[in-house]
Amino acid sequence: MSSSGELLFEQPSQDNLQVIFSGSWKLGEPLPSADDVRQKIESAGPIRQITFNTEKLGDWDSGLLTFLRKLWKYCSKSDIAVDSSGLPGGVRQLLELAAAVPEKKDARKSEGRMTFLSYLGDQTVLFFNGASELLAFIGEAVVAFLRLFQGKAQYRRTDLWLVMEACSGLALPIVALISFLVGMILAFIGAIQLALFGAEIYVADLVGIAMVRLMAAIMTGIVMAGRTGGAFAAQLGTMQVNQEIDALKTLGLSPIEFLVLPRMLALALLMPLLSLFANVMGILGGAVATITLPDVNIIQYFDQLVGAVSLWDLWIGIFSSAIFGVIVAVAGCMRGMQCGRSASAVGDAATSAVVTAIVGIIVATAIITIMTNVLGI
Amino acid sequence: MKQPEPHITVKDLTMAYGDFVVMRDLTFTINRGDVFIIMGGSGCGKSTMMTILIGLKPPAKGKVFYDDTDFWASEPDIRDQIIRRAGVMYQSGALWSSMTLAENVALPIETYTNLTPAEIRDTVELKMALVGLAGFEEFYPSEISGGMQKRAGIARAMALDPEVLFFDEPSAGLDPVSARRLDDLILQLSESLSTTMVVVTHELASIFAIGSNSVFLDASIRTMTATGNPSKLLAETQDPTLRLFLTRGEQT
Ligand SMILES: Nc1ncnc2c1ncn2[C@@H]1O[C@H](COP(=O)(O)OP(=O)(O)OP(=O)(O)O)[C@@H](O)[C@H]1O
Ligand SMILES: [Mg+2]
Repeated sequence: MSSSGELLFEQPSQDNLQVIFSGSWKLGEPLPSADDVRQKIESAGPIRQITFNTEKLGDWDSGLLTFLRKLWKYCSKSDIAVDSSGLPGGVRQLLELAAAVPEKKDARKSEGRMTFLSYLGDQTVLFFNGASELLAFIGEAVVAFLRLFQGKAQYRRTDLWLVMEACSGLALPIVALISFLVGMILAFIGAIQLALFGAEIYVADLVGIAMVRLMAAIMTGIVMAGRTGGAFAAQLGTMQVNQEIDALKTLGLSPIEFLVLPRMLALALLMPLLSLFANVMGILGGAVATITLPDVNIIQYFDQLVGAVSLWDLWIGIFSSAIFGVIVAVAGCMRGMQCGRSASAVGDAATSAVVTAIVGIIVATAIITIMTNVLGI
Repeated sequence: MKQPEPHITVKDLTMAYGDFVVMRDLTFTINRGDVFIIMGGSGCGKSTMMTILIGLKPPAKGKVFYDDTDFWASEPDIRDQIIRRAGVMYQSGALWSSMTLAENVALPIETYTNLTPAEIRDTVELKMALVGLAGFEEFYPSEISGGMQKRAGIARAMALDPEVLFFDEPSAGLDPVSARRLDDLILQLSESLSTTMVVVTHELASIFAIGSNSVFLDASIRTMTATGNPSKLLAETQDPTLRLFLTRGEQT
């Protein structure tokens, strides 16, 4: 039978309604709704029982089942007996299966509407919780470092090597490109201003001091935040999703020592090296820029630069980059460890790791700059 | 009794990962309305067989026919059409972790039908009730137990009332009562909607309770050694490996 599903009604006795099905009742075809039956019942007077006739019913699938379930619910609410003996056996048994496990009423979640104040309160609590989580994480990381110096930390040396490889050699090309360009840009922009005073030679001071003291560290920090911090968060987050971190904990291994420590160590050790490399590339970038300047040649540029940059500048740059390395690692690992158990949570963790790391780097730069100013170095 | 009508036919199939041959020379037929059991020891290639049947991995050699269509020789869009009429429950659940259970079940319905949101909600509730998860619609996969994830995966596989359902170890991790209910569900779907069921399972109780046809994959010789009704196989087989499997290692 190919005609689509239809309903007919008969009333064999005063309080008995017979529902007659005909045609095919399949999902996605236009079907009568349970409301039609309800209206019929309400208009027909005091119905106490419903029976079914399915002699003319053709093919059926979930479309019929959903219809009957709705009818069932309505009938049990309004105290109408349902006599299902007229239904095909398969329909009856599937409906029984569907009713076999009672609905978990308390399981349904209530999505209460939120007032502005409670939203504000929630956000404030979240903020302070976040801050205390950060402190707790840093505390645990420090403890892990102490255990490392006592030689008690448990982690795999191979992990350390793998992480070191991922965040050193493999990061060189992008760090090289970016710092070279930054050096060149600094030189060009500086030269335009300095030419007004006929002091183009000071381009060397500008590029040298800016790169060595600050820019190289910041640029590598930001590159590594995007490249490595995000990767850390995604790695640890995926491990969280697969319960791999739980497995470490039950094995008695501290995930902080086992996973976070090697990553922090690797970045803290390698970021200074990367930023030294960035120094060199930045200065070379500046040197290339001087080729276009009429009043400065390359020899003069290097000569001036060596005189301008002090050892202190170098130490401050190296110190900053080690700090940035720790910030990137902490942000990445922390967001990864806090990750929820879903694929989108991993994405959120990676994003928030990068954001956290960049904010951290900028704030740390501000603090370091103020401190060196006060100390006069 | 109706004449058995072949639904999926496997001919001379060899499955391999690169050079590593998992199984070779598989030939068997799954009839319409069958509850077809794929059985064999752990690691013998049951899940791999499913990935080939559902179009995720091409066979190394041999053919798979859906009705009369040579599945792997057809154009990709023909394959898509065939697979759209199948529902799959994966061994690990494979629920989409960032969607609620209701959204998981609703996605296939939203994608392939024109039902209104209210109709979709009713259908989702029906499917969830059929697997005993009524009331858990708004939960995320990470918030329910492993066995519940399995059942939710089954609800999602059934969403579109497919012609053929593939279940990879549906009752692993379920309590005996839920496992029994699941068996009833499988039997009912195959009887009343004449859905073809392809079930990978190790549960002897369900193999004999629901299986109308089966294939046994022997890992030691890397090929199938028997196909047919499991109870009949138990009564008739002379093959010691299969006997051992069907009697839980208790020799008779
Ligand atoms: N992606 C893969 N690459 C290479 N080999 C694989 C891959 N997946 C599975 N195998 C191998 O194929 C064989 C069959 O694996 P499969 O997952 O199909 O087993 P199974 O029968 O489903 O086992 P179980 O009952 O434990 O689920 C195994 O030996 C496994 O090592
Ligand atoms: Mg498997």
